[in-house]
Amino acid sequence: MTVQINIRHAFDGFDLAARFDAPKGVTALFGASGSGKTTIINAVAGLLAPQNGRIVVDGRVLFDSKTGVNTPPNKRKIGYIFQDARLFPHMTVRQNLTYGRPTGPIDAVVDMLGLDSLLGRRPAKLSGGEAQRVAIGRALLSNPDLILADEPLAALDEARKSEILPYFEKLRDHAKVPILYVSHSANEVARLATTVVVLNKGRVTHAGSAETVLSDPTVTPTGVRSAGAVMQARVVTHDDDGLTVLSIGASNLIVPNCDAPVGTDLRLRIAAQDVMIATAPLSGISALNTLPATITAIRKGDGPGALVQLETGGAPFLARITQRSLTALGLTVGQTVHAVIKAVSIDR
Amino acid sequence: MAEWLSPAEWQAVALSLRVAIWAVLLSLPFAIFVAHALARWEFVGKQVLNGLVHLPLVLPPVVTGYLLLMTFGRRAPVGMFLEQTFGFTFAFQWTGAALAAAIMAFPLVVRAIRLSIEAVDPKLEHAARTLGAGNARVFATITLPLALPGIIAGAVLGYAKAMGEFGATITFVSNIPGQTQTLPSAIYSFLQVPGGESSAIRLVAIAIVISMTALILSEYLSKIIARKVRGQ
Repeated sequence: MTVQINIRHAFDGFDLAARFDAPKGVTALFGASGSGKTTIINAVAGLLAPQNGRIVVDGRVLFDSKTGVNTPPNKRKIGYIFQDARLFPHMTVRQNLTYGRPTGPIDAVVDMLGLDSLLGRRPAKLSGGEAQRVAIGRALLSNPDLILADEPLAALDEARKSEILPYFEKLRDHAKVPILYVSHSANEVARLATTVVVLNKGRVTHAGSAETVLSDPTVTPTGVRSAGAVMQARVVTHDDDGLTVLSIGASNLIVPNCDAPVGTDLRLRIAAQDVMIATAPLSGISALNTLPATITAIRKGDGPGALVQLETGGAPFLARITQRSLTALGLTVGQTVHAVIKAVSIDR
Repeated sequence: MAEWLSPAEWQAVALSLRVAIWAVLLSLPFAIFVAHALARWEFVGKQVLNGLVHLPLVLPPVVTGYLLLMTFGRRAPVGMFLEQTFGFTFAFQWTGAALAAAIMAFPLVVRAIRLSIEAVDPKLEHAARTLGAGNARVFATITLPLALPGIIAGAVLGYAKAMGEFGATITFVSNIPGQTQTLPSAIYSFLQVPGGESSAIRLVAIAIVISMTALILSEYLSKIIARKVRGQ
C-alpha cells in the first residue's frame, strides 16, 4: 500500500507545490508552521480541493484535477486524527468510537489504547491525553486505507506527549496502512518516522527514509537542540555487567538498560549534541562508545554552532559542535575521525 | 376553568392554542431547512432568500395579511387551485389563521435556528465526514443534535409570536367567533362592545399565563438539553 501525492495549490500569497510518495509506515511531513503541511493533509482527506494535482491511495484515485475526480471525504476511507481530537461532545466515548463503524467488534482497539474504563464517559470529562487516545481509536475503527494525523500531540503538555507517543509507535508497527503524520517537532519525527518529507514554504526540500533525511545536516537548523539521527541496530549480546552490545553496520555500540532479546532489531536515536569528534584515537576517557567515522558533510549555522554529518559502516548520524572546534581541529569532508557517543536512546 | 370563562372566551383560548401549535409544527421543518441553507451553504440568491424570510418581520402585518388574501383567498389563484383540487381552503378558516401565524413567526424561528446552527463547529462536521458519514447523516447525527437548544428556543419564540399574531390574521381570515377569532382578536372584539372589559381582562390574564409558561418551559428545556449536548 502506498500513497502518491502531487498537489499544487495557491492561496493568500502562498504557493504550495508538493510531490512525494508515502509508503507503509509513518511518513512524517516535517516543517515549520506555514510550510503547507496541513494543506496537504486536508487535500488528502478531501476537506480541501487543490487547484491542480493527483492523489492516489493504493491504486485508488481520490483526486485528479485533469479527469475531474474528487471523491468526497466520506468515501475516501481515511482515518483522520486531528490536533484538537474533535470528539463529538454529545456522544459517549463508545458512541464516538463506533461512529465510523456502527457494527463489528471494537475490543481489540479498546484494549490497545486502554479505553475500557472510559467507554461510558462524555468527551467533556476526558483529559487531553485521554481524548486524543479516543480520537486515535475512532480513526482506527473506521477501517481506513490511510491514517492522517495532524500534529496530534501539539496541543498536549510534555507528560501527555510521552503518554501518547507509544501508541503511535504501536500504530506504526501494527497498522497495515500508511500513516501520514504532520509535525513540526524534530523529536517526534525522529522517534516515529520511517519516511520523512521536509517542507519549506510550500516546497518539498527533502524526502526519503528517516535514516537518510534526519542525518542530513541541511535539514535541521543547527539551533535546534533536538536535532538527531535515527539508526537501525541489532542486539548482539547481553554482558554480565548489565550492558548490551548492539551492532550498527560494522561497528558496535555498548548501551545500558536494554532487555530486548539477542537478534532483535532496534531503532536508536542519537542526538547531535551527544556526539563529540576527536581527530586521534582516544585513551583515558570514560565514554564506552568511540566509533571510527568519516565526515560526509559540514553545515555551519547562523550562530556559533555547526552540524557535522558522520558515517559509520553505512549508517549516517550527526554531531553538533562549535564552529571554533571545527576550525581548531581543521575538519573537512572526507576526513576520518573518531566519534565519541555520550548517550543513545532506544525506542523499541 | 371552563366555568369562569364564558363559552365564547373559552373558544378563543382553545382556538389560539390550536392555531399556535399548528403554526409552529408547520413552520419548523421549513425553518430548519432554510436556516441550515443560510448558515452552511453558498448559493446564488442567498441574499434574496434571506430578505424574503425576513419580510414578514419588517412589513406591516396588514400588508402580509393582504398578500395572503391575494394569494390564498377564495378567488385568488393558489386558493382556487387548492379548493378545486383538494377541496381545501384557508380563507376564513382556522387553518388560514394558522398559516398567517406560521408566516409571521417564520423569521423569528429561522433566526434563532440559524444562530444555533452557525454555532455548531464545522470542524466536527468535517470529522464526521472523514468517518464516512454523508451529508444527511452528518446533519442528523451532528448538526441537528448540537443545534437542538436553539431549535427549541426558536420553536417557543415562534409559538409566542403565533399566539399573539393579530394584524395579518384579522386581515386574512377576519374575526369570526369559533372559526378565526383567536385570543388577540377576541380581546380586541370585547373591547369594542360596552361591558366587555371583564372578558377582555380575563383573556389578557390567560395570555400572560400562557406566554410566561411557554418562556419558562423553553428556558428550562434549553438548559437541560444544552447541558446534555455539552456532555456535562
